[in-house]
Amino acid sequence: MSSTIESRDKSARATRRRFLQGGGAVAGVVLGAGASTAAETENLPPNIPDWMKAPGDPMGSQPYGAPSPFEKGVVKNVSKTLKQYISASGRTPLQELDGIITPNGLFYERHHGGVPTIDPAQHRLMLHGLVERPLIFTVDDIRRFPSESRIHFLECSGNPGYTKPYGKTASDLVGLLSCAEWTGVSLKLVLQEAGLKPEAKWIIAEGADAAALTRSIPIEKCLEDAMLVYSQNGERLRPQQGYPLRLLLPGFEGNMNVKWLRRLHATAEPAYSREETSKYTDLLPDGTAREFSFYMEAKSIITRPSGGQHLSGPGFHEITGIAWSGHGKIRRVEVSVDDGKSWQDARLQEPVLTRALTRFRLPWQWDGKPAVIQSRAIDETGYVQPTFAELLAIRGENYFYHNNAIWPWRIASGGEVTNALA
Amino acid sequence: MRWREIFGRTIIALLCASANGAQAQSLYGIGRPATAAEIAGWNIDIGRDGSNLPKGSGSVSHGREVFAQQCASCHGDKGEGGIGDRLVGGQGTIGTAKPIRTVGSYWPYAPTLFDYIRRAMPQNAPQSLSDDDVYAVSAYVLNLNGLVGADATLDAKSLAEIKMPNRDKFVGDARPDVK
Repeated sequence: MSSTIESRDKSARATRRRFLQGGGAVAGVVLGAGASTAAETENLPPNIPDWMKAPGDPMGSQPYGAPSPFEKGVVKNVSKTLKQYISASGRTPLQELDGIITPNGLFYERHHGGVPTIDPAQHRLMLHGLVERPLIFTVDDIRRFPSESRIHFLECSGNPGYTKPYGKTASDLVGLLSCAEWTGVSLKLVLQEAGLKPEAKWIIAEGADAAALTRSIPIEKCLEDAMLVYSQNGERLRPQQGYPLRLLLPGFEGNMNVKWLRRLHATAEPAYSREETSKYTDLLPDGTAREFSFYMEAKSIITRPSGGQHLSGPGFHEITGIAWSGHGKIRRVEVSVDDGKSWQDARLQEPVLTRALTRFRLPWQWDGKPAVIQSRAIDETGYVQPTFAELLAIRGENYFYHNNAIWPWRIASGGEVTNALA
Repeated sequence: MRWREIFGRTIIALLCASANGAQAQSLYGIGRPATAAEIAGWNIDIGRDGSNLPKGSGSVSHGREVFAQQCASCHGDKGEGGIGDRLVGGQGTIGTAKPIRTVGSYWPYAPTLFDYIRRAMPQNAPQSLSDDDVYAVSAYVLNLNGLVGADATLDAKSLAEIKMPNRDKFVGDARPDVK
């Protein structure tokens, strides 16, 4: 059922069905028809597989490690039609992942001036402006502060847009979303070290990339749960995620979580920089535009079965997906298997954490008839994830950011899953 | 055991003392002071009112030359867009079904144009233009949008005085707007 192949002819489908019967769905997809025939005949019961008849790779053959070669299709989803690759994005293959943690190699990427290679020994963080003691920190200095680790999602505010949310897969639609365990220091501690003046109402954060990207963060968020992060899922940040130091603002739009962080400027006013005026603002039909719209609202998507996948046949299938809210914990996720006519509660997988992905599951007996399935998240504030039509009615299709609509999937009688709104 | 208790209480006392605001003495003594020269070298933030704009100036005509050399390959000869964003036109379209967002139609403040060009452009060599060149390119882009004359020369004061057409169209975040 978990396939990255979006279209396939009948013969491939037949091959795959044989494979599902043999219990080797993933291998079947990767190997294709030719290679799988031999594997089926030689390595399935009652025969002993080849990989039990000779030693495997010795210790040290992969000093870091890599996924199985049979998982080589599980990679970042990068559009082949990008105008340019220096300021661009790559999506997490959500429909291929389980649980709530995104592996670091598959974490979504968005950069505005390419990915810099920064020697941590040369990197500095300067904190200045409305503080008693302007300070400069090395990366080692930052690591000396009391540390903490927390699990939070990160999501691009344009995930997806409003004009053409017609992606085929869950990744195409909302793959600018990932979740990790972050380790670093509370920004509040570092600000206290410099002595924040009462007039400081904003912190302008700047990256050390070729875009020298800046965003302004309200001081309340800086003192609430913002972190200076140096590690992700146990290892140091990857360069794509801001190595050696980034800002993390749980629940706030991705662009504000400034990577390669080099400067924090305490100010009385926001910067009104290019990113926060000409880009990350939400244009309404009357010509006004919302500025400083930071929070990512409650959202969910079914990742299995989802677009591009294929139900092997009628019978039992588990529906599963992810839900998240920038405003706190997910309280409930409801799933409909009858095109929105009725809804039932999905089971939430623990842990249910604030501003983190929450995995939900619902057992389902598919009767083999065409169906439309969808999920809606309700967060701890009581907010209910809206339909796309409800959002469009108020915001119009030029709003661009913060599209947190319900995404229904259509299941055809043959088992093929497609985007029901496309 | 006793020592740890005392130590723990001291830490708690210190944390409480600093909880009211972050003005208290530094708790950990980590980091070193940043000098005025170091701050001046790195602080390139420009306020929407033009604060912190550097000395220098640039003319529309000089900006036309710099733009042709440094910017046109991505943004088009007249800022009409290409690999890079469209920079020109679109005024009067923002409230329509097909808004065209450019410097002239959408950006609320002119000084942030200088800020962005200096920090991020040209994309293949950011922070390579002189301040005079950045003033000149800013002037040229504003001229293409009809916001300054062809004979204009901009500096910190005159750039800050330009009123951008869309300045008053930005509003606060009204979400949750769908319930």
